[in-house]
Amino acid sequence: MTQKITIEPVTRIEGHAKVTIHMLEDGSVGRAYMHVNEFRGFEKFCEGRLYFEMPQITPRICGICPVSHHLAAAKASDALTGQTPPRPASLLRELMHMGQIVQSHGMHFFELAGPDLLLGFDAAPEIRNVVGLIGANPDLTVKAVQLRKFGQNVIKILGGRRIHPVFAVPGGVNKALTQAERDSIREGIDAAIETTQVGLQIMKDWAAKNAEDIDKFAVFPTGYFGLTTADNALELYDGNIRLISREGAELERFPVGDYLEYIQEHVEPWSYLKFPFYKKMGYPDGVYRVGPLGRLNLAEKIGTPLANEELKIFKSLNNGKPVENTLYYHYARLIEILFAIERIRVLCEDPDILSTDILNTRKDYKGHGVGVIEAPRGTLIHDYTADEDGKLTKVNLIVSTGHNNWAMSNAVDSVAKTYVNGPDVHEGMLNRVEAAIRAYDPCLSCSTHAVGQMPIQLDIVAPDGSWVKTLKRD
Amino acid sequence: MTKPKIASDWICGCAGCHMSLLDMDERILKIVELADLRSTPITDLKEPDEAGVDVGVLEGGINNSANEEVAHKMRKRAKILVALGDCAVFGGVPAMRNLCGVEAALKRAYVEAESNEPGSQIPDDPELATMTQARAIHEVVPVDFNVPGCPPDADTIFYVLSELAQGRKPEIKDEYLHWH
Ligand code: SF4
Repeated sequence: MTQKITIEPVTRIEGHAKVTIHMLEDGSVGRAYMHVNEFRGFEKFCEGRLYFEMPQITPRICGICPVSHHLAAAKASDALTGQTPPRPASLLRELMHMGQIVQSHGMHFFELAGPDLLLGFDAAPEIRNVVGLIGANPDLTVKAVQLRKFGQNVIKILGGRRIHPVFAVPGGVNKALTQAERDSIREGIDAAIETTQVGLQIMKDWAAKNAEDIDKFAVFPTGYFGLTTADNALELYDGNIRLISREGAELERFPVGDYLEYIQEHVEPWSYLKFPFYKKMGYPDGVYRVGPLGRLNLAEKIGTPLANEELKIFKSLNNGKPVENTLYYHYARLIEILFAIERIRVLCEDPDILSTDILNTRKDYKGHGVGVIEAPRGTLIHDYTADEDGKLTKVNLIVSTGHNNWAMSNAVDSVAKTYVNGPDVHEGMLNRVEAAIRAYDPCLSCSTHAVGQMPIQLDIVAPDGSWVKTLKRD
Repeated sequence: MTKPKIASDWICGCAGCHMSLLDMDERILKIVELADLRSTPITDLKEPDEAGVDVGVLEGGINNSANEEVAHKMRKRAKILVALGDCAVFGGVPAMRNLCGVEAALKRAYVEAESNEPGSQIPDDPELATMTQARAIHEVVPVDFNVPGCPPDADTIFYVLSELAQGRKPEIKDEYLHWH
């Protein structure tokens, strides 16, 4: 008979997911699945709303990266009404976005994934969390809290609140930055860089000690997908989309509005989260990864000095070829925090950042618009069509975590096969399976905008489908 | 004296209320000093202790069968149940789905969306939860404290949790009802 292990919910990820591991008769793993178990239906219930409400409605898809939806909605609305924002408005939006990259990535590294790295995959579940970190390293925990606070404050200064800010509007933003506000942002930069460098050192030391784990933990080839600058530097706010092959060769480069020509979404009956892929290669050959690892594989350089130096070291991990290791997502995330903080400095020093020319009110109404941004977790696409009164008739959303759905499912399967053998499973093994998902920092609220939330559960099922064992942590 | 136990979970929300909880910044250390944080989305215990917790906090409303189970379990095991944020208190943005209905929403997402592979169907594996009407928590189980806001301010959350952890009854009014 076959067995099934269920892990539910998967913890220290955003949202709910459940994992089922189906075992074969000989006790080895047949196949493991990651089920995303929630659906909310934003695409449908936004029909009939006015396009300019979207920057306030869609952030409620995800409270961890609300700024991504806020800005992608504003960008789609800019395109829909033909209101190109003035340069200072784009700089201010990007500034807010960088604040979000710092807070979201910072929280993920230190508060969600950090406990695995700092306390160990096999540490007792009671302490393997941020409270355990407070006990083990109070100074570092306080610094991590302050790093997140630095990012959240940038958002609050611009948008009035830390979560679900009110700032970007079609054609620009609703508030200029004052000199005093700019200076208060600047004050926190050095400390934030310092904490990030401590994080990078932790990551490097951990990687040196755990090289073997890193190399057998969900390492597999895929394409990589995301925004990039014209000269292939790291870009998070704007630009064209670039897709590279598993070897690193450029397959496509296209304006964001053309996305439907290049990608499609596959639906599996066992998950509410869809599986995007590169149309020309089909599913699953055309799967690709997004987010920090994907972006650093796409980028040939980074436009700020400290992060660029770190990128060179990162590139040497696989001799200039794309880095395939799932666990290096954590490493890539830290390099991106460094970039975001340096970019905050550059933006604060820009002569246009204090300008009050922040809104273009002249419309050239098109009735259709696509807005794309690199959210912390990857490429986020908002696509709106509206009638002549501005009422939405069609909404399509492809969220960051979705693009990584195949990769997460594959990582779960691969880690289960590597670490789980027979129904005599211990908790640390299951935590590794969850860590495979955690590395992608999935935003299951985002991904299930259509549906809802993503529970993760681990069932061990025998080959005939009969239940063997459900593992729970408490 | 043992510290009061707090457990929390998020159901049909956006995680924003838990992020607002983290937005209390350094004061999180104070909460950890006052109370024992048990199962939460940011810790590794999977569900509230069978022996019970003193305070249970739920973010998000209820829009499927799995959410219902979480709410019932939390209610059963928590002496005091707090509904945190507009989704939990009123249903919030996800309750907009009630206007178009579950079927239409599923069809749009899995069958009609422009980016779908032709022939795609609504997922229906038995492992998946069944979608229902979206509801506030109090429509499913009794709630002791409703804390509105989308999300409620970090100051409000700190006040509510620290009062409850010290055995006092929080009065959610005036500045603690401030949000926009
Ligand atoms: S109340 Fe607002 S912040 Fe809280 S879960 Fe609901 S949408 Fe998110």
